[in-house]
Amino acid sequence: MIGLSKKMRVWARFVSLAGLLSFTAGASGPLAQTPDAEKEIERYREMISDPMSNPGFLAVDRGQVVWGEKRGAKNVSLETCDMGLGAGKLEGAYARMPRYFADADQVMEIEQRLLWCMEKIQGLDTKDVIARRFSAPGRDSDMEDLVAFIANKSTGFKIEPQTSHPKEAELTAIGEAMFYRRAGVMDFACATCHGEPGKRIRLQGLPDFSKPGKQAQETMGSWPTYRVSQSALRTMQHRLWDCFRQQRWPAPDYASEGLTALVMFLNKQAAGGEITVPSIKR
Amino acid sequence: MKRTFFLTACTALLFASGAFAQTAPMAGSAKVEAMIKATFSKASPEWQARIELDDTQRLCTDKRNQVSAAEAEVIQKREAASVVFPADGNLQGDWKKGYQVANVGTGGQFSDAPNGPVGGNCFACHQLDPKELSYGTIGPSLTAYGKDRKYDPQTMKDAWAKIYNSQSAFACSNMPRFGAKKFLTEAQIKDVMAYLFDKESPVNK
Repeated sequence: MIGLSKKMRVWARFVSLAGLLSFTAGASGPLAQTPDAEKEIERYREMISDPMSNPGFLAVDRGQVVWGEKRGAKNVSLETCDMGLGAGKLEGAYARMPRYFADADQVMEIEQRLLWCMEKIQGLDTKDVIARRFSAPGRDSDMEDLVAFIANKSTGFKIEPQTSHPKEAELTAIGEAMFYRRAGVMDFACATCHGEPGKRIRLQGLPDFSKPGKQAQETMGSWPTYRVSQSALRTMQHRLWDCFRQQRWPAPDYASEGLTALVMFLNKQAAGGEITVPSIKR
Repeated sequence: MKRTFFLTACTALLFASGAFAQTAPMAGSAKVEAMIKATFSKASPEWQARIELDDTQRLCTDKRNQVSAAEAEVIQKREAASVVFPADGNLQGDWKKGYQVANVGTGGQFSDAPNGPVGGNCFACHQLDPKELSYGTIGPSLTAYGKDRKYDPQTMKDAWAKIYNSQSAFACSNMPRFGAKKFLTEAQIKDVMAYLFDKESPVNK
């Protein structure tokens, strides 16, 4: 636990950088094509990845509190929750998720697993937690905070897609098929935007997930992230929800097996990518 | 007898695991479709219906857009049948309104207000006005579109068909079928046409 004074210092440093952000964004926006501007954006990204200036680390701290808090009918913490490497073992666990959990006989990604632990270990009614799955001004999200805390314990680890259990292999294949499924009023699939290298929407560069490699690695290795434009830490559940929104598909069910399937496929393409989270993005 | 059974069992196992490891379930297969249904189970029936596959979406999905020449012909013929030309024969509206249609990116999202603005979001994927630097690259550049084509009437008819239903011209195109899917109105398509073909439009400057 860090004290309030340290948190305030973090904020002070962030606020001072925020001015820089608007400057850099304004100066480089229309010129994002030129190598100079690209370098400038890269320099800016490096600057704000400093843990002392990334507000995403406040979510990490909050997540640690939620993890240790006694809650639910059984009045126990989540500290005995098995994220895949044994009860309470978190170092490197996120790097090997989603994975098959024998106790649930199901492949689960991090948020699915956390909900399972809340229900089974704590006897917690997760209705309220699910209602707050995405934070908003004045509404903290336990899930975002927990993911930040747990994923941060995989920083420095490499993404290791799990495929040894038949259900893991099957879900990865289903996720791949979902990635290419064209539907909706605009005929969009995930692959419409993320199926070729070097494409962009307006000025926003788009990672190519059709092939394994650097773009997939860098993307999957940098979630969860602190979204400056949303002033919130966001998880992959939120990212996929937002993708489907723009795809003109309906809102996907939170922590559903289908989203886990997609994450399995995306992680397969990102295998070996180094995790550094929470990152910070526009 | 026993031996034969053992061999058969082994072969079956080998085949089953081989197929499992190497073949992704075909998109549109029962398993994938069941997963899609489950993933959007909380959406309204109207929203769920929006992501059911029509024949063209199914084929483009199964082939990951790489259809054979024969399949492309089937798609383009089917989609061309949906193209409706304006009854008054006039393909061009107001280029200034066309800019708005090209610039607006809302409409059709679950976060959009029911009667909010709907645009074609052309700039998301295409370069149009060369002075606008914030453009995407998923589609080709359309700068000087009308000018380069000498404002040819047949080319204009072709462009109408492409906007109304992109797949009438290019099977499995990434571009939405704006008119056929009733995403844009006829008036909006006329305005976009003017943005591409009006001599005064910044696209042709």
